[in-house]
Amino acid sequence: MDVNLETTLDKEIIEFIAACMQREHPRSYLISVLGKVQEKYGYLSRQHMHAVAHIMRIPTSRVYGVATFYHFFRLRPRGKHQISICMGTACFVKGADRVLEAFKSELGIDIGETTKDGIFSLDNTRCLGVCGLAPVVTINNQVYSQVTPQQVPELINKTLGR
Amino acid sequence: MGKILDAFMAVKKRLLDDAANTLSSAPIIIQVGSATCENAAGAQEVRREFEKLLLASGRADIFIKQTGCTGRCSREPIVGVYLPDQFPIKYEKVTVEKVQQIFQQHILGGQPVVPLILDKKTSRMYSWVVTFASLSTVETDSASRWNEKFKEHLKIHGVPEETIRSFIGGCLGLYPAGKEGNKVGMLVFPEKVVYEFGTEEDLARIIQSHFKDRKTLTSMQAEIDPLIKRFITLYGDVAFFNKQTRLTLRNSGIIDPESLKDYVANDGFEALARVLENGQPQAVIQAVILSGLRGRGGAGFPTGSKWQSAVDNPDPVKYVVCNADEGDPGAYMDRSTLEGDPFSIIHGMALGAFAIGASKGYIYVRAEYPLAIRRLEYAIRQCEDAGLLGKNILGSDFSFEIELRLGAGAFVCGEETALMLSITGRRGQPMIRPPYPTERGLWGHPTVINNVETWSNIPVIIRHGAEWFARIGTEKSKGTKVFALAGKIVNSGLVEVPMGTTLREIIYDIGGGVEKGRTLKAVQTGGPSGGCIPADLIDTPVDYDSLAAVGSIMGSGGMIVLDDEDCMVAMAKFFLEFTQDESCGKCVPCREGTLRMLEILERITAGQGMPEDLDKLERLGNLIKKTSLCGLGQSAPNPVLSALRYFRSEFEAHVLEKCCPTRKCSKLIRYEINPEKCIGCTLCARQCPVNCIEGTARKPHLVIQERCIKCGNCFAACKFEAVDRV
Ligand SMILES: Cc1cc2nc3c(=O)[nH]c(=O)nc-3n(C[C@H](O)[C@H](O)[C@H](O)COP(=O)(O)O)c2cc1C
Ligand code: SF4
Ligand code: SF4
Ligand code: SF4
Ligand code: FES
Repeated sequence: MDVNLETTLDKEIIEFIAACMQREHPRSYLISVLGKVQEKYGYLSRQHMHAVAHIMRIPTSRVYGVATFYHFFRLRPRGKHQISICMGTACFVKGADRVLEAFKSELGIDIGETTKDGIFSLDNTRCLGVCGLAPVVTINNQVYSQVTPQQVPELINKTLGR
Repeated sequence: MGKILDAFMAVKKRLLDDAANTLSSAPIIIQVGSATCENAAGAQEVRREFEKLLLASGRADIFIKQTGCTGRCSREPIVGVYLPDQFPIKYEKVTVEKVQQIFQQHILGGQPVVPLILDKKTSRMYSWVVTFASLSTVETDSASRWNEKFKEHLKIHGVPEETIRSFIGGCLGLYPAGKEGNKVGMLVFPEKVVYEFGTEEDLARIIQSHFKDRKTLTSMQAEIDPLIKRFITLYGDVAFFNKQTRLTLRNSGIIDPESLKDYVANDGFEALARVLENGQPQAVIQAVILSGLRGRGGAGFPTGSKWQSAVDNPDPVKYVVCNADEGDPGAYMDRSTLEGDPFSIIHGMALGAFAIGASKGYIYVRAEYPLAIRRLEYAIRQCEDAGLLGKNILGSDFSFEIELRLGAGAFVCGEETALMLSITGRRGQPMIRPPYPTERGLWGHPTVINNVETWSNIPVIIRHGAEWFARIGTEKSKGTKVFALAGKIVNSGLVEVPMGTTLREIIYDIGGGVEKGRTLKAVQTGGPSGGCIPADLIDTPVDYDSLAAVGSIMGSGGMIVLDDEDCMVAMAKFFLEFTQDESCGKCVPCREGTLRMLEILERITAGQGMPEDLDKLERLGNLIKKTSLCGLGQSAPNPVLSALRYFRSEFEAHVLEKCCPTRKCSKLIRYEINPEKCIGCTLCARQCPVNCIEGTARKPHLVIQERCIKCGNCFAACKFEAVDRV
């Protein structure tokens, strides 16, 4: 785990880090850097975090500390299709919890998990600002509004292109 | 004019000169919303369809304009059509199919498509819509008195009352600073004329001329504030906006948020230019102090005093920060402002930076708001290009730059000390205050942190004067507040009202009342830090102190309407689950205490509550409030405590009778099929997401309880009322 660290990351990200390091308070950009890494790879692997720590000269423990503190960062790869249920207040009031239950039982996974075949992962978000259409579910950035538990199997099939 | 104002006018001229498609110069405008909510509702497809048709028509005099959210979220996507010399028309819930019709019939043919018009029921049956506006909300009496007089005079003049709908509006802000007296403002649609009068004789003259002879009585016309005038001119849907006063959202839904030109054309950056010309930072602070503005991020700290304490700090390096970490899980006011009017935030921050002597600002925005981030980045770049940000702005000594920093989904980072740590790239765990950020902030330097909405009020205060601003609202809460109205409400969306407006006005007059004609049970304000207000306190005015008095808080602006089907225990548990999950774990009372409270609530909703649990919740809650390190822990018990205060009997039902009165808590209910009533139509079995209903066609069905997830589908599906919820 030493010489190869820099090749772990994409060139674009290395350049981004280099640019950050030129600025005032370089290490304050850690969160942005991790954001870029996640944007590129979908999640933060141990190697990624190691590499970032190495290049930015920040203790790995601190990088790991930051990565685990913020909900936005994922430490495991996500499924091919991301299903995300809004659990904001308005959606909750309109029955999002029952929609969530339906997804959980249909897919056999809990929040934050990915199906064994790597096809679906299940997440929750907070208010998307479309409370008027509550409850809302986003599947791969497509927003579905006023979702009922009945529609769950249909939505899954639709995502699979069936 | 001084040299800085000259420089500004030059910038303005340059921007406006190459403006081909601003509102004023374009003959026909199609306005399509483009905020996250609008896009989710399908606005992008609608826009593309318009673009297609426009291209096909070959017309060069029609323009499509994107705007932010107007707040009518339950009716989106909304499309506005502005034909020259026509009343602006807004269409609701526009789909790709409807675009064709609107384009052919209205845009090309000039005939509005009436069945698709927004709020057609409320405003379009009348020949006129008249709004009486008082001087300020503290004093709505005079407006209602005049409204009565107006009706009397209509009778006297024989104008049929049914042709006119009249309202008492909020303070429309019709009165520029310095205007006094007992006059009242009267706004008449569709002519968009504002009259101002103080005697019955004048009223009679107006009625005779306007409503009988149908001639505008120019001698009684009021000089109105350009801000308000623009709003009046651009909005067709009167009813929804009637009790609103739009300061923060003054540009949302009106200007193109990606166009500096549009912002500048609407008075943007003029306040900054004037202030720089004047060269007196202290005057700016004085104005903010006089305006009485209090922070909109939740705590309501007086903004002017905060700034003053930063100025009093001898450290020459200072920072301003915009808190755009909007964490309340049921609210989106700030996002809407960022997406709909990013320039006003930049403008406000520049004014603040000049006032306190900062040359660097940060906007801390949630990574979950990609559209807001993109718009902000773009806005900052445009300002830099135009010389409105950067070194020596407009040739003055003032230099100011803004950097965006992204939050990464931690509610606690909205707390100011945590936010600063997060900006420096650390875990956002709050620190003990004092020292306050204005004493020791970012990188040890004094820092002023304000909320998005607070910043966006600054240009208005500077532009229109502290006195003008201080007239809106109540004695101790000045100005307006934006709320994200949601839950069981007919018109969910963003509303901006003067402080002191009652919950009743917001819910019934603006929100259209409780959905499906059900009964109001409570209103939740302040999200996870706030509390519920029961229906019998619905006449509570919304201002910082009144809300605190009933055990809730103003908070950042979430407002959730609950009806008689909502379980208050489940609601309290929902919020506590959230705060428990978001507790940063630094201090014991919050980390352990909220978990214990949650365990008790879980027990109660599962039918295993013990009689002493309620007192225990109260004791624990009060202890956590008193001993937690930061605002998260200090407010986390509020939803539970306020629910206990007003709805204790509902908790008791769960604990003593093991029953959920609203049948919401799934562990306390079961779905059973009544074999007497079931005809075996199989519908429920087909609707069950987990296939736990067994039975053959035409024979009574049975729910396998072990596998049932209590989704209620069967209950909703059965047409023979054979499914019981027990
Ligand atoms: C847990 C917690 C979350 C907060 N979240 C926010 C937020 O999302 N937005 C915000 O402006 N202020 C938030 N605040 C309040 C800030 O600490 C701070 O008071 C505010 O940004 C000051 O700005 P203002 O005076 O303009 O309101 C939060 C406070 C706490 C304790
Ligand atoms: S009160 Fe909660 S969020 Fe605040 S410091 Fe303590 S544990 Fe962290
Ligand atoms: S409540 Fe839902 S899961 Fe249970 S039987 Fe009915 S449809 Fe099936
Ligand atoms: S829907 Fe009603 S009637 Fe039909 S099988 Fe189910 S319980 Fe029986
Ligand atoms: S709570 Fe789900 S969109 Fe607002």
